[in-house]
Parts: sequence; structure tokens; C-alpha cells
Amino acid sequence: MSVLVDAETRVLVQGITGHQGTVHTVQMQKFGTQVVAGATPGKGGTTVEGVPVFDSVAEAVQKTRANATCIFVPAPYAKDAFFEAADAGIKLAVIVTEHIPFHDMLAMYHYGQLRGARIIGPNCPGIASPGKAKVGIIPNVVFHPGRVGVISRSGTLTYEIVSGIKDVGLGQSTCMGLGGDPVVGTSFVDALPYFEKDPETDILVLVGEIGGTAEEEAAEYLRHNFTKPVIAYIAGRSAPPGKRMGHAGAIIARGRGTAQSKREALESAGAQVANFPYEIPTLVKERLAAGPAR
Amino acid sequence: MVKLAEWRGKELFRKYGMSLPRGRVVRSADEAKAVTESGEVPLPCVVKAQVLAGGRGKGGAVRFASTPAEAAEAARAILDMEFKGEKVKELLLEEKLAIGRELYVALTLDRSARLPLLMASPQGGVEIETVPDDQIVRIWVHPFAGLSGWQKRRVIKFLGLTGGPAKTMDTLLEQLWRTFHLEDGELAEINPLAIVGDRIVALDAKVIIEDDASFRHPEYADIRDDRTPLEEIAREEGIAFVQLDGNIGVIANGAGLTMATLDALQQFGGRPGVFLDLGGTDDPAKVTQAFLLMAKARPAAVFLNVFGGVTRCDTVAKGLVEAMKQVPANERFPLIARIRGNNETEGIAILREAGVISMRELEESAKAAVAAGNGGAR
Repeated sequence: MSVLVDAETRVLVQGITGHQGTVHTVQMQKFGTQVVAGATPGKGGTTVEGVPVFDSVAEAVQKTRANATCIFVPAPYAKDAFFEAADAGIKLAVIVTEHIPFHDMLAMYHYGQLRGARIIGPNCPGIASPGKAKVGIIPNVVFHPGRVGVISRSGTLTYEIVSGIKDVGLGQSTCMGLGGDPVVGTSFVDALPYFEKDPETDILVLVGEIGGTAEEEAAEYLRHNFTKPVIAYIAGRSAPPGKRMGHAGAIIARGRGTAQSKREALESAGAQVANFPYEIPTLVKERLAAGPAR
Repeated sequence: MVKLAEWRGKELFRKYGMSLPRGRVVRSADEAKAVTESGEVPLPCVVKAQVLAGGRGKGGAVRFASTPAEAAEAARAILDMEFKGEKVKELLLEEKLAIGRELYVALTLDRSARLPLLMASPQGGVEIETVPDDQIVRIWVHPFAGLSGWQKRRVIKFLGLTGGPAKTMDTLLEQLWRTFHLEDGELAEINPLAIVGDRIVALDAKVIIEDDASFRHPEYADIRDDRTPLEEIAREEGIAFVQLDGNIGVIANGAGLTMATLDALQQFGGRPGVFLDLGGTDDPAKVTQAFLLMAKARPAAVFLNVFGGVTRCDTVAKGLVEAMKQVPANERFPLIARIRGNNETEGIAILREAGVISMRELEESAKAAVAAGNGGAR
């Protein structure tokens, strides 16, 4: 067992014929993921890297029993791509596409709720369980099978941290990159129960950043519902107020959502908060050595 | 984030049928005189600077006039102003109305609820942050349902409206919702919203359109916000460019890694200046493009921190070394480069050979960048 993806995951790639779609299809295959289909309207009947391409998601699902999708289609078409996947019965969609308007994302999230389809992302690196499956774009090189769970709002920073965990001789159970957009399909609070239940996860690394209040809400959840140890890091404590730091989500507004408020919330919920990303692997190692109880 | 000047926001509200004061945008004192003389803008009138910063009233950027000569004089005075660093180029002249009460109403996104949030208060005309919580009604609007009748009734009751104004408010709330929902609003705020007899009139408009929705809003292509020329170039290249007040340039890929880099620099006593965020990519072409763009900002030193997940580090390093040769000798600066990922040892070797300070760890790299920044302050 692992979180949301496992050896039974059969991945469809929407936008497989685009550059990104093709590159990451190969990477997912190398990871050991079963990439069973691609979908690009008008390109049905072709193949990409040995993967059959279909005109519609419904057809792809019918012919290949795909049960998860990785969406690379450009922002203006992403909403439709997700609706199509949800209508075809797919229950897990990793949306890599960036710059999706949040009004579209609101519609996608709530439609997903109606159809029972979970979205990870958008603008996210996706999810991976080493030795099982990867849906998304997290570099394969950072992984090693193990028992450390990782949830993050960042992309490359996550790669750095996950890679550091490997460097100290540990490995990951599942790593989930939620994306930093204003509206995300899966928040920390949505993701935490999976890690709590996952028998393969002993400890959780939570990587947050300034903006929004997702970390504060995560802290509330940790306090009442989470029994495993948590090591956290919050990026952006040097960010000047009001400056937009790249992600739409990373804005400090009205004193809420600062690195300080997040840190305090997480610490008061019993998480250990690192000052720098490079401290995390060592903290994880020390915490694991101290025993399982929080 | 496309912030609309007041008059543009009002144009948008007008599109959805909202009631607004009679007014006109002018760009000179002569024009101000002409539109008040002709009666296009009835007197007495209010003359307002069309700038994006708040606090215009207190800052003298809003004036009143009862004659065309006074309107011209007010226009001249405000056009001479630089308001919170922004040159005043446009004015909105509007009829001065006999205002009864002033209300507040706004729609924005509640990220946690993943729903649009409608907020209204009977205490308008002041900063909403200063209004007590129990004086603000909050209504979450489901995008599939839209603003329901009961929700509008609840707002109207909370605002204490009855009769004519209650009826008008019902329509206005629908218009505000449509503006926010259909025009890709990040924010649609009216403060103050004035009761004028049976009418309810938007005296101000603060509308922010979401940047990511630009592809369906070509009408805002000409709005350049508050970007510097370098920021503009970066934007066209798809690189996030932010100017801070320090002297060390930062190039990184991904918002989280960029912020962690800035945090580390500051922790070790450095002052980050311009920073460029390439997004999730490690495409060598984009890295070198960012490097050349950074060179134009004339930093004292540059700290490049890239995680190469897809491309090999040696490929990124080679591209960077080539780009360095394109910077004129008198504009060169110390470069501290940290490229992690596949083939990182080879990458470090290539960089070191080209005279770049290159290390594997963030801490030592940040310290080296701080030292270089202090040594070469301009």
C-alpha cells in the first residue's frame, strides 16, 4: 500500500504528443510506471514512445483501463481536459499545467467533487511512490524506496529535499507535490489523512511556503488527527510584504500567511520546523532514531 | 495581477449594467475645463487621480470643483503630482452626488474554502481592515449555483436596506457577481458604495483581473502595471522577475527553491537584489537567457541555484559558461553557481574551470555569494 498511487496505477497522459508530455512519459516509464495510454484529440491511432494515443479519454479508458491521468495540456484547454477525464470515470488527475485561471480551477475542483475525482495540482510536480508508480514530473534521480512521506507546495525545492533524504541513506514512501496555485485540488489537509493511514509511512516531511493559510490549517489537523512525527520547512521568511514571489499563492497579505505565523502554528502542533531545507534529512534521521511516537 | 484603474473598473461595472456617477476621463486641465463647461460632467464635480495606490483622498489626489475654472485648477494640481511613486496621467471627473449612507461590498477568492467570497458591510468609506468582524457579512458563493436569492436577501438585511434601495441592491449584487465571475476577477471591490435616494451608486471601483486569464482578455494587453523594462523582458520570456533592494542577483528555478535561496542569503548577511525564477524548468537555454538578463541589472554578484531534474547538470553548466562569454568584460560580476541533480560533479568541474565559484551545498554557496556581494558592492 502507498498513497493514492501504487503498482496497479494505470496512467493516461493527456497532451502526450506535446514536448513536455512526451519527455515525461519516458521518465514515468523509466520509473516503472505503467503508462497505458495517451490522449490528444485528432492524434488517435498513433503511438508515442510505444504508448497508444486515442482521440478521447473515454476511448482510452475503455481500451486500456487507465485509472489515473497526468494532464499536460495548455492552460486554456486544461479545464476541458479534466472534465473529460472525470466524465470518463478517472478518479485521480495530476495536473502539471501551469497558469490555469483560478476561476477554471474552481470549476474543476467542484466538478471533481461531484464526480469523485481527486485533482493533484495544478502547476504541480505530481505524486510518486518509489518502486511503484509516478504520475507527474518529479525527477526519478531523487528517489529511493523508503518510509519517509513528503508533502510539499513547492516543486524544485521538493526535489532538493527528497534528494537529500536519499543522500542520508533513507528513502521515501510517497512524495506528493501539491502545487502553489491559489486554488489547489489537494491541500495539505486533504493529503494528510492518506499519510496517517499509510502503513508504509513512518514520518512526514511537510514543505510549505508563504501565502495563504494552508500550513496553519495543516497544523490544526496535525494537532488533532495525526500521530506520526512531522518535520516541516517554510520557504519565504525573507520575502518582503506585498511582493509576488513567483507563485500566485506566495503573496503575503494582511499579516496572515507569513513564514512566522506558519512556523508557530506548526511548532505548536508538535512539528519540528527546520530553518533551512538542507537540515531536513538530518532532522528526519534523528527523529526516526528517537522512536516512532510523536 | 492586472490592477485596473478606477475608471477601467467602472467601465467593467457599466458593462454589467451597474449605476455609476456621470463622469469622464481627462488627461489635461484644458480637457477638464471643457467637459465641465459643456455639462458632460455636471457641476459640482470631483476630480480624481487615476492611480493604483490607495489613500488618494488623504493624499490630496481627490479634489472638488464647483466651476470649470476650479475643475481646471484641480486637474492641473493633481496632474503635477507623483502619487506614491506613480506619475498621474489620467483623471476621472465625476458629478458630485448627494450621498446618504456609504456601504462596502466586495467579491474575492477564499483559497481555503475554494469558493468565491462575498463580503459586505454597512461601514463603507473606510478601510475594510479597520471594520470590526461583526460588521462584515460573509457569503460563500458556489460557482455552479451563482449568487442565490437567499444570499442576496441576507446581505440586504445585514446592510439594513429596505424598499427602493433593497431592490436596487439585489440587482447590484448580481452585477458584481457577474463582473467577478465572468471577467476573471481576483477582486471586485466597491468602497464606498453610496445610497443616493433610491439609487445605489459605485463611487469607487477596485478591480483586479487574474493574470493567468490573460489569454481570454486581450483588452488588457496594453496595461503594463508597474513593471520596469527588465521586468517586461523577463515577462515576455516567461521568467518571474522581482526587484528587491539588495545587490546580489539570484537565479533559481521554482518559487520554493527561489525563496529558500533568498532566505539563506539573508540569513548569512546578504541582501538579495533582483531575482529571477525560471519556474520548474532546467532548460539550459532558459538558464542562460536568465543569466544574460540578470547581467543587465548590474548586480554586485550573482547566485545561481538550479535543481536539474530533467537536464543533466553538465549541459546546464556548459550553457552557462558560453553565456558568460557574452557579457562585456567591464560588466562582469562574480558568479556563484550551484547546479544540483544528474551529473552534478561534472557540472561543478566545468564551472570551476571557467572561474565560477561552484559548490554542492546551499549553506557554503550562500556564504560565498554574500562574501562576493560585499566585496564588489557598487
